[in-house]
Amino acid sequence: MERRKMFIRMITASLLRRRSRMFVALLAIAVGATILSGLTMIYYDVPRQMGEQFRNYGANMIFVASAESEGLNTENVEEALSCISDSQKRGVAPYRYETVTVNEQPVIVAGTDIEGAKKTSPYWLVTGEWPSEKGEILIGKKTAELLSVEIDDTIQMTYSAQALENPDQPAETDRSENEDAINMEFTVKGILDTGGNEESYIFMSLEDANELTNGESKIDVVELSLSATQDELNEYVDLISKKVPDITPRLVKRVTQSETTVLTKLQSLVFLVTIVVLLLMMICVATTMMAVVTERRKEVGLRKALGASNKSIILEFIGEGVLLGAVGGLLGSILGFIFAQAISMNVFNSTITFRVLLVPVTIIASMAVVAAACIIPVRSATDVDPAIVLKGE
Amino acid sequence: MSLLELKNVSKIYGSLKALDDVSLKVEEGEWLAIMGPSGSGKSTMMNIISCLDKPSLGEVILDGVDIAKENSKKLTEIRRDKIGLIFQQFHLVNYLTAVENVMVSQYYHSMPDEKEALEALERVGLKERAKHLPSQLSGGEQQRVCIARALINHPEIILADEPTGNLDEANENIVLDLFEQLHNEGTTLIVVTHDPEVAEVAQRTVVLNHGKIAKEVINENFGKKADGKNDK
Ligand SMILES: Nc1ncnc2c1ncn2[C@@H]1O[C@H](COP(=O)(O)OP(=O)(O)OP(=O)(O)O)[C@@H](O)[C@H]1O
Ligand SMILES: [Mg+2]
Repeated sequence: MERRKMFIRMITASLLRRRSRMFVALLAIAVGATILSGLTMIYYDVPRQMGEQFRNYGANMIFVASAESEGLNTENVEEALSCISDSQKRGVAPYRYETVTVNEQPVIVAGTDIEGAKKTSPYWLVTGEWPSEKGEILIGKKTAELLSVEIDDTIQMTYSAQALENPDQPAETDRSENEDAINMEFTVKGILDTGGNEESYIFMSLEDANELTNGESKIDVVELSLSATQDELNEYVDLISKKVPDITPRLVKRVTQSETTVLTKLQSLVFLVTIVVLLLMMICVATTMMAVVTERRKEVGLRKALGASNKSIILEFIGEGVLLGAVGGLLGSILGFIFAQAISMNVFNSTITFRVLLVPVTIIASMAVVAAACIIPVRSATDVDPAIVLKGE
Repeated sequence: MSLLELKNVSKIYGSLKALDDVSLKVEEGEWLAIMGPSGSGKSTMMNIISCLDKPSLGEVILDGVDIAKENSKKLTEIRRDKIGLIFQQFHLVNYLTAVENVMVSQYYHSMPDEKEALEALERVGLKERAKHLPSQLSGGEQQRVCIARALINHPEIILADEPTGNLDEANENIVLDLFEQLHNEGTTLIVVTHDPEVAEVAQRTVVLNHGKIAKEVINENFGKKADGKNDK
């Protein structure tokens, strides 16, 4: 259709050959569209990101011994673990805590599954290496300072059953007399920095801990990191309590609840910012359009003199605006992805999925916003009186 | 019946009568020149005839319709369908090329047709400059684009307000030759001018003064002068 072709030819010529003016408007639209699509992308990706993120913050369930039970052991822990679907187990770390002495100072030793601990406590910052072999330990920062040991140092630990029974009594007084004392040497492989209690402990494999404590095996607590919803977690708690009465499963409430609160807060923030950005974009486009219309009064007069109806004048300006909106929207959806990706990398340390559907949505939204922003300025164009405009000047 | 008839037309701006009880008939195919000192109401009269403005008093019958009584939407339609306009200050759309400027007129009138627009530019001797922007054309060339634009829709009347006011002698002659061709094709021409040479080639000259018709001159040499020019 020839008329439509001419229409497009006119509006593209106006945009392309009057670049500088439209550049400001385009910039405003592109920035608006970038934030719009970027935030929407984050908005949709955040629940996924947050879930992973909070799982990163460690265990969301622990097993402790029930009041009347004998305590945790390999068998009942195995049984409880079998209640949980394997695909949802991110990490399982059993812990046993004992007090030992190093250089006559009492220290708490935690025996655990090192690989499991890595998963349930991903925020642990280890200088050096994680222990991987027998006789290797990870030492908490505070303990390392207390004992003044460094990586690759060797330390000797002494475990005595008596010392445990009389914790108030200084270990040194009866050290020499204690024949049951077990001495073992360990190599410091890494120093642990967590900002929490863990900095006062020494971590080693469960096997080493059992050996150090005279070969008896024991589990004090099991930490679990599960990828499950709040409801699923509650179901697991009920199931395990029933099936394994010796074990009391508990949810780590702090993490799972804050997940939802933070999410809702974040989403309403995103929503608010989006509205504000859209408003600013509209104001900027409307102001630019107002200036454009004023600047082009003469041209409007000329077009009217040539027989243009008010309708076609409005259509041409809106057409230019909408075209600009489309270009800005396209630019914005590309930049928005980059923007969302950058935020995701910095905040969540993970990549974001590109949502193809968001491209047309952003483009259409920009076009609509621009069209709305054009209405008032363009209306003023129809007030132009061709007789006055064409008269000299 | 005349193509155009002004009956006791006045245009009043406050206490100033820009046009004062003017009556004038223009026949179909006529070539009329309007002269007069600055401020005598020439442009005011042209704006009324071209449906850009309405008279304060009187009737303006164009093709049997009293345009003084029509609303602005209807006036736009009449202007689009019947009138070709040429201005002293050229008035081209500055971001459109010569050929696109001609096509704008087609666009509002009916269907844009690039081939036809190029033919119109060829007629005014600007075929090679069709893809140039107004800023890349000389004043004379811009005015010729305006003429191509005015004639593209085959209007019944071409109204030109000082078409040669900003042109040199050579360009003026080109424009006058084009007018002559249009006249020979039967187009009605009304040309406002200060230049006696431009008025001389018209069939009839009306002189305005203080908004009134002061004098009317029929050009006795009309046919001859045109012939003489063509022979050159
Ligand atoms: N919109 C207006 N408001 C008030 N006065 C006007 C207006 N338009 C024209 N006039 C006055 O009407 C008178 C006639 O103006 P017009 O433009 O018709 O003159 P003209 O004959 O075309 O002059 P020129 O040869 O300088 O173009 C002038 O005195 C002018 O000041
Ligand atoms: Mg004038």
